[in-house]
Amino acid sequence: MSNAGADHPPRARPQPPIVAAGPPRGTGALAKREARLAWGLLFPTVAIVSLVVILPLLAIFWISFKPVGLADLRPTQPVVSENFRAPDTAGEESRLDYRLRNSSQDMPITGVRLTDTLPDGLTIAEIPENCTLEGRAFACDFGDWEPGFRDRMRLAVTVDQAFLDAGLDPEDSEPVISGKAANLLTNFQFTTENFARLFSSDEFYQVLWVTIVYTVFGTVGALLFGLFAALLLNHEFPGKGVLRGLFLFPYVAPVIAVAFTWVTLFDPFSGSANALLVQMGVVDSPINFFGQRPLALIMVIVFEIWRYFPLSFLFILARMQSIDTDMYEAANMDGASPFQIFWYLSMPMLLGILSVLFLLRFIWTFNKFDDIFLLTGGNAGTRTLTVNVYEQAFAVSNIGAGAAVAVVVFACLVIFSVFFFRFMSREEGL
Amino acid sequence: MTALRNGFVLGPLIGVLWLFLVATAVAVTLSFATGMAFRPGLLGVLLFGLGLGAAALMVPRLALAAGAVALTALLMLTPLAPLITGPQVSTLSFILGAAMTGLGAALPLAGMLRPLPRGTATRHEAEESILHFLFWAGMVIFTAAVVIPFYVMVMTSLKSQGALLQNPLDFSLDLSKGFGLFRSYVELFRDFNFGSYLWTSFYVSVLTVFITLLFSVPGAYAVARLRFRGRAALSRSVLLIYMVPMIVLALPIYIAFSMTGLRNTITGLLMIYPVTTIPVALYMLQGYFRGLPGEVEEAGLMDGLSRLQVIWKITLPLSLPALASVSLYIFMIAWNEFLLAFMLLDDPSKFTLTRGVAMLNSSEIPRQHLMAGAVIATLPVMALFLGLERFMTKGLTAGSVKG
Repeated sequence: MSNAGADHPPRARPQPPIVAAGPPRGTGALAKREARLAWGLLFPTVAIVSLVVILPLLAIFWISFKPVGLADLRPTQPVVSENFRAPDTAGEESRLDYRLRNSSQDMPITGVRLTDTLPDGLTIAEIPENCTLEGRAFACDFGDWEPGFRDRMRLAVTVDQAFLDAGLDPEDSEPVISGKAANLLTNFQFTTENFARLFSSDEFYQVLWVTIVYTVFGTVGALLFGLFAALLLNHEFPGKGVLRGLFLFPYVAPVIAVAFTWVTLFDPFSGSANALLVQMGVVDSPINFFGQRPLALIMVIVFEIWRYFPLSFLFILARMQSIDTDMYEAANMDGASPFQIFWYLSMPMLLGILSVLFLLRFIWTFNKFDDIFLLTGGNAGTRTLTVNVYEQAFAVSNIGAGAAVAVVVFACLVIFSVFFFRFMSREEGL
Repeated sequence: MTALRNGFVLGPLIGVLWLFLVATAVAVTLSFATGMAFRPGLLGVLLFGLGLGAAALMVPRLALAAGAVALTALLMLTPLAPLITGPQVSTLSFILGAAMTGLGAALPLAGMLRPLPRGTATRHEAEESILHFLFWAGMVIFTAAVVIPFYVMVMTSLKSQGALLQNPLDFSLDLSKGFGLFRSYVELFRDFNFGSYLWTSFYVSVLTVFITLLFSVPGAYAVARLRFRGRAALSRSVLLIYMVPMIVLALPIYIAFSMTGLRNTITGLLMIYPVTTIPVALYMLQGYFRGLPGEVEEAGLMDGLSRLQVIWKITLPLSLPALASVSLYIFMIAWNEFLLAFMLLDDPSKFTLTRGVAMLNSSEIPRQHLMAGAVIATLPVMALFLGLERFMTKGLTAGSVKG
């Protein structure tokens, strides 16, 4: 921008009194350069994140208003296959077949055109009226095909001796077929049916309820057990380092490994847990832990607690170790009992980290997909919203319905994050 | 409440609870180790626990332990056993069971009840011994809960299908088989292509780490150090993006990749993985950069370095520990990633390790293969974690609550 006038205003402004002169206002050249550098450094990140996060988010809104199934992902196109039966002698009549079809059962194709190159020495007895043969280039116009169109074009052909001697075959050159079809994903045909069906089904409310139960109990459980574990390891004793590492195992191991281990451990037929319970006389016959209501949901919550208590444990322990010990000594001198010290001294200090952890874990437990998917596949009353996205899109093959559930998940997330940021601005600790 | 604080009430009470826990733990341990039948005897636990709790107040520690072992062994021959053994239990396991129960009950119990007097205790004394009990109980429960699944994972992978079905509890190893114990592993590497999955997972994770750092280091520096309009908003949206559930993104990514032919390619995976980790890395690194002294950088600027040179020559060398923890954490995320690999990869020649393990979960493939696959997937990340635990825990706490 060449705006030299800005530096020299045409009218002389009244000079401010010297006393009021503070630091320069507005953005100076240096600050501008700094901002430019900052955006330059950030640009790659912002670009790639928008590409992979923002774009898909917009796409999911778009798809949720579209009647798309899994099969519609393949673009609608004309399909041709060529078949030639070679005659035994030259001059004998033979057949060249083109099998034609529309790949889609519900989308029309317009302006279908076929081109192919015929080998030397092959003569077509009668060229159909919609086709032309120029030199060796064979072309046909088929016009428009309705959905599910299927046809066969049979040409009577003869070949000469040179053709037979050379062992030529018209199938050696691939026929090319082209046509225009609207893409279901990119056209402007919308429907609210996905949402209407979602909100009118009883299943959805059950899924919502399961999600809430799973999220609340999973979060609170992991937090409480994390707190308990942190209290245990907040003492000095031999082997503490080993235990601290050990307690992090469930979190560090791949989810797929530990989930399948749990499934194996609690298997109703060959699971060790059932064998143990039966042998100890706790139960008479093996229990199907991951296969019956409401036990499956409880087990999934227990797994969630087992897998994520290490995280809360780590944060809470870090906070505990930063608390000044003088205070405890003073409380001890004043005759406070251990439980009183915990409740009236430690807990208030831990409240901040506990609430931040609660909010974060709440959101991430809500978002959790892998664990339930691997443990139960969403069966036996454990289907949460995220698992439902997968079920609708891939098991039922209705991408549009899956996207509608995903939109609901995203809406919930937005609500949570509003809470979260309200809270975080007060509790900027993490 | 005051009655409960009496040493001879609280002591036996804790004694019963603790003995029950110890007897159960010993029963589970021995059952899992030998495959033989052990279980806690409730009546025995109740009577013996009461006695032990009272005795702990009067008898010195070592005498208590010796007495407890002898008495446990004796009681185990009667119906009042705190640890009931099945008919085919060997003498060695029997003695082991008695010793573990007796020692495990008596020694910690003596410690727990040490604050208690032989009469009414003060609130302080009573709570202290309850806390001691809770400490030990927590130790046993947490350790068991963490160790048992991993133990089962490793041991199942070393057994044969027949042995597992015959007695699911028997995890004792037939050491005479020698190298034959690792049959499942050999088969996985030979017939199921696991060597290639291991390699794929490894290079995908390493590349993810590099790409992530390449993007997030400049970004984090900008957010931490430079002043520009929209910094706060940006910092927040980083956190917000970090909360978007993967499954919501996975669906459009699946569609886009299906249409562009990026599905079933490692390139496609490498386009997505770093983006899922960049926000985490950016968030962690900016926290660390903020903590670095700004004066050093300013000195560099004064001496004529450009900003980029400052980052390269001053900030990065100073933040090596943070880079190590962030890299480890990202490696862990990429290595453990399952959902995207599962949705985007169908071709067995391109599987990552987690996708390969998921493939083993079928009724035609025996369980020990699945568990061996799980062990193969777990071992490298565990080894890395244990070797570099200091960095890892720092990385985990430095602003990552993701899971």
